[in-house]
Amino acid sequence: MPLDVATIRQDFPIFRRTVRDGKKLIYLDSGATSQKPEAVIQAEGDFYRLHNAAVHRGAHQLAEEATDAYEGARSKVANFIGAQAEEIVFTKSATESINLIAYAMSNAPTGSRFALTSKDRIVVTEMEHHANLIPWQQLASRSGAKLSWFEVLPDGRLDLNSINSVISADTKVVAITHQSNVLGTVNPLEAIVARAREVGAVVVLDACQSVPHMPIDVKKLGVDFLVFSGHKALGPTGIGVLWSNQLDDLPPFLFGGSMIENVTMESATWAPAPKRFEAGVPNMAQAVGLGAALDYLNAIGMENVFEHEMQLTKYFLEELQKVPTLKIVGPLDLENRGSCISFTVGEIHPHDLGQYLDSQGIAVRTGHHCAWPLTRKLGVPATTRASLYLYNQESECDLLVKAIVDAQRYFA
Amino acid sequence: MELDNLYQEVILDHYKHPLNKGLSDSYDVQVHHINPSCGDEITLNLSVEGSKIKSITWDGVGCSISQASVSIASDLLVDKDMDEADAITEQFIDLMHSKGTKEGDPEVLEDAVAMAGVSKFPARIKCALLGWMAYRDAADRIKQSGSARDHRGSGQ
Repeated sequence: MPLDVATIRQDFPIFRRTVRDGKKLIYLDSGATSQKPEAVIQAEGDFYRLHNAAVHRGAHQLAEEATDAYEGARSKVANFIGAQAEEIVFTKSATESINLIAYAMSNAPTGSRFALTSKDRIVVTEMEHHANLIPWQQLASRSGAKLSWFEVLPDGRLDLNSINSVISADTKVVAITHQSNVLGTVNPLEAIVARAREVGAVVVLDACQSVPHMPIDVKKLGVDFLVFSGHKALGPTGIGVLWSNQLDDLPPFLFGGSMIENVTMESATWAPAPKRFEAGVPNMAQAVGLGAALDYLNAIGMENVFEHEMQLTKYFLEELQKVPTLKIVGPLDLENRGSCISFTVGEIHPHDLGQYLDSQGIAVRTGHHCAWPLTRKLGVPATTRASLYLYNQESECDLLVKAIVDAQRYFA
Repeated sequence: MELDNLYQEVILDHYKHPLNKGLSDSYDVQVHHINPSCGDEITLNLSVEGSKIKSITWDGVGCSISQASVSIASDLLVDKDMDEADAITEQFIDLMHSKGTKEGDPEVLEDAVAMAGVSKFPARIKCALLGWMAYRDAADRIKQSGSARDHRGSGQ
């Protein structure tokens, strides 16, 4: 069903403001963070206005309400990705979720399947966001494990020809992005998960750019861990998600209140998952806000969001490529591709182009997009990225194209 | 348009026709600086004679602001005494952090006053400072090295 974008946009108060001296806001930076519908802002505010109390603690009505709201949000997240509530850990960000996994692996006792030694290998890809690269570099350095990676081909796809040698018999972790935040490439999980299974490696999926944009069912993906951030899915900042159906086998990473079973002066034991991974008073209002965001997306339907973005991506790819000297950096077809569209425009540096677009009210991201090894591999110092969401429309593409042509004249 | 305030003709001229671009074969100090937020990179060679700056050459990739700024710096600081170059650099840094409240002294900063508009665009200040920070780092290394003390000594 086609989205009623005009109505959807009315739900987002930010689209009522203007930027740079009265210009209409053309927001094409949802890959960095999405805008928030009124329902999310309201839910986060209402938590503080009406229900605020520390969850899982107080012996009073507010604590009960806060706990219900927080645990209700956990169930909403679980339902959204086809999981069980006890498989969902709230973190402050997807970055923290990945660090949690990597540090928990460091804490795993010798002999555990999560414990890494110098005999083991971690596999990533060249298109990873720094958040799904550096924690693994660091785990490799702490454990002595080797780090290998899938290379990226000039068309923006992973080179799977050498899949059996990259995911070698000694591989214990395969950490991979579902959808590249630079190229828009959706990676072929089936082949990678199948090979990881063969060698007994766990698969960690960075789903930051996929969960907000397409229907996801963790049971069908076959991965062991999945992470995403709330703020890219219409939710508040400060709330991230870690999903796994193997949390009971994983030792904790952060220690303190709420995550314990029993404590003496000498030692402590741990609560069952997911509480074992949620030390301290959590980001409650933000979790509740994320719950409201997922309600909002469900009401529209993730199939519809996906279809809308695919149609829009097709239009953007077609129109952008009509601009002389503009080169798309990433797949040109819609097959296994999402709505992050990176490009270069002749000799205009992306930072200058971004500045010009900003002067026209158009918000894009420029630079290496926290994937520096990828931009280096592709031989570009930086790119300009338009990333789309359910509130974007074709007319914004037309304005972007016009502004790029004007920028070419400005910097000629 | 506000944008013209940022992209002054002088800046675009330096960007299109950069001065001292291309690294010299010989130098006293070479530094490499990166702007981690946008990936701009610059390599800068500094040669001194006594306390006087003999040459500044550079190479790099970056936006018009960063490229023009290093071009202006390399032209402005050459043949200056290092103490004077430091003072000019300080004035430039001060101008960049002025949030649009200062115009810069054209007697001291010459072409670099064209950068004044950058101070109103927080995301671009680091671009404008990249080359100057590279220079300052190179100058500090010269001053700290033993041979540099000889250089400075011979100039007095």
